[in-house]
Amino acid sequence: MYKYDNYDQAMVDARVEEFRDQTRRRIEGHLTDDQFKPLRLKNGLYLQLHAYMLRVAIPYGTFNSVQMRKLADIARRYDRGYGHFTTRQNIQYNWIKLEEAPDLLAELATVEMHAIQTSGESIRNVSADQYAGAAADEICDSRPWAEVIRQMTTFMPEFSYLPRKFKIALIASQEDRAALRWHDFAIRIVKNEAGETGFECYAGGGMGRTPILAVKVADFVPPTQILSYLEAVLRVWNRNARRDNIHKQRMKILVHELGEAEFIRQVEAEFAHILTLDHDFPQAEFDRVAAYFAPPAWETGLSDEIDRSDPDFALWVDSQVVAHKAPGYAIANISLKPVGGIPGDISAEQMDLVADLADKYSFGEIRATHAQNLVLPHVRKSDLPALWAELNAAGLGEANLDLVTDIIACPGLDYCSLANARSIPVAQKIAERFADPARQRDLGELKIKISGCINACGHHHAGHIGILGVDRKGTENYQLLLGGSGAEDASHAKIVGPGFDEAGIVDALERAVEHYRTVREPGERFLDTYRRVGMDGFKEAIYG
Amino acid sequence: MGNLIRLRDDAAADEPAVSLDSFLDQSNASAVRIEAGDDVRQLLPVLDRVRLVEVDFPKFRDGRGFSTASILREAGYKGEIRATGDVLVDLVAFMRRCGFDAFEPDVAIDPAVMESSLARYAEVYQSAADGRLPIWAKRHAQA
Amino acid sequence: MKILTGNDLKTGAVVWWDGREWSLHVEDAVDAGDDADRILATETAACRVNGGYAIDAAPGPDGRARPAHIKDRIRALGPTVRPDLTLKPADPEAGTWVI
Repeated sequence: MYKYDNYDQAMVDARVEEFRDQTRRRIEGHLTDDQFKPLRLKNGLYLQLHAYMLRVAIPYGTFNSVQMRKLADIARRYDRGYGHFTTRQNIQYNWIKLEEAPDLLAELATVEMHAIQTSGESIRNVSADQYAGAAADEICDSRPWAEVIRQMTTFMPEFSYLPRKFKIALIASQEDRAALRWHDFAIRIVKNEAGETGFECYAGGGMGRTPILAVKVADFVPPTQILSYLEAVLRVWNRNARRDNIHKQRMKILVHELGEAEFIRQVEAEFAHILTLDHDFPQAEFDRVAAYFAPPAWETGLSDEIDRSDPDFALWVDSQVVAHKAPGYAIANISLKPVGGIPGDISAEQMDLVADLADKYSFGEIRATHAQNLVLPHVRKSDLPALWAELNAAGLGEANLDLVTDIIACPGLDYCSLANARSIPVAQKIAERFADPARQRDLGELKIKISGCINACGHHHAGHIGILGVDRKGTENYQLLLGGSGAEDASHAKIVGPGFDEAGIVDALERAVEHYRTVREPGERFLDTYRRVGMDGFKEAIYG
Repeated sequence: MGNLIRLRDDAAADEPAVSLDSFLDQSNASAVRIEAGDDVRQLLPVLDRVRLVEVDFPKFRDGRGFSTASILREAGYKGEIRATGDVLVDLVAFMRRCGFDAFEPDVAIDPAVMESSLARYAEVYQSAADGRLPIWAKRHAQA
Repeated sequence: MKILTGNDLKTGAVVWWDGREWSLHVEDAVDAGDDADRILATETAACRVNGGYAIDAAPGPDGRARPAHIKDRIRALGPTVRPDLTLKPADPEAGTWVI
């Protein structure tokens, strides 16, 4: 993975001192909250329901054991002994003190971590495939590009005060594991007939109260022009977006209002102009960064066999282990969704264990996924049984990847001041209802996503089954949605009908699932059945 | 005028800035005011008449002015670009990179804070109107 | 009744106006009535509270203020899914006060 050089380190160190000074000025009363708020948001610090919440960046979801140990240490010394992995591959702490935040950021900087631009109207963390560099199906490792884009979008002066947040995603495979179409700007790395690499670009996607899928805006941007292209997109948006209504300022609204053709026309014109300014970095810089992502020293001559004689281990392999590009290796998914637990939460002790396991079994490397789970990307197949035994002993051995109990849930009203309803208890009750491993396997791939409010941080628009928490006359109420997807078959989930209370939503979901079982064809996922038979049968099954 | 900070050696324009529409109508004005929603590219054909461009920030969070200044410098404009309105000291470093060389905030800026703010980052990741060499160029500079 | 809440500027802790200063405990909250805006303005300017606002509350069974909306009750006590992290980790009845 990437290692900072003196320049990168100087940037994060200067940023810490800048924030230290801004915090001092706020505490001494020289800055109002209104003036300080964008500054602290640009360093990931929200004022949340219970305290200040800090979102630490995990660039494109890649980090290592040294960094994980520091995250555990931060959890113990600055927070309450745990962290929360988010739907954008970052980690959050919920109980941070403002007066300690500069020291916390200084400590993160010692392990090449930061919280730069993780909130506010910033260019946020670039999301990428959690299997990048290991996946059997990628055409190349997308992360060198993600790293270059990360650097280029850090402290962009022209785009320091954007209309809204801006989220970028990158993939290099046909299967979309980064939910491209739901981002403001996304790149699918492709090769043309001549074998040259290029960027198929999408723009104008987003969730929130107006979910919109991104449209394709370019077929083949040459990679070393991506900075100019991105600047063109950002400039068109920065100049033309509304600034009077926070709900209408995301780029998806502008693309929708201009129309795809006009948006593309403006971007192309701006792109042609910006190309004349020589802002792009040379191939040599890309090559320099790419060298850090050379594959680890995989052993050869390893066995491809996995001993499945232990049935519990076999279940875990079936759901958690994914094909690796190197013979004898596997990608191991670590579930942070124990049945009855809090989705995405991990204790400091568990973090330390995962760091040790990464060192023992995965060349020290770890990934965070947008489904709030973790990955050890380079595990020898022969090590899988030992790895599983250690994960299992620590409560990290749930075998439920993409199954009904692998629920994505935002923190909801238990943690978030924007929420209308609690999401975590709903996730817990659903997982407990469907806990039986045989039942989970029978249902197969079923992605449930829960948001506690219309801001959709739980990605409910992209759930095979989505749940949206609303406030109904001062009480919590839940709407059921069906048919969404964040993969390459992206689609919006649709609301089924009137909402339910907490007990009711779990029962309603179960009725929807049972209807699926009644009408499914062999091998059909829930999503496929819904798309084939439509809403009516489900609606009748749910409401009677 | 009370809170004006200029980082230029030449004398300040002594006439008030007129609106973009007025400027395009007249031939004797040399100072123009660009509101946040104006399209500064309308000014590009007549840049040689301009000594001072005021770029307004109605609310400090409204970042359109950064693009306005960048576009002017990209077009070769060498006159004064002055940020007016809700200009906070924590924005000044970004403004400078985009080509602003004067600031007239509604509320006075502490010069000490501004100085340390401008000196905070020894390096920059990207090229911008200020012409500072970005990190990638330094990494690959010919020895 | 109208009670005032906000966060401590330095620590971020949820605080409640008790008539003279900001307490960590909602039980200490007093009815600010028509003075709400004036108190908030003064306290904010003095940096003694951050992001302060007024909320509706009604006296609970013990006569102390109970915020009208569940969000504020969760704010007052702590996350319902982590009783160990709330202000009353040892009190099994605390959760029912929230919900």
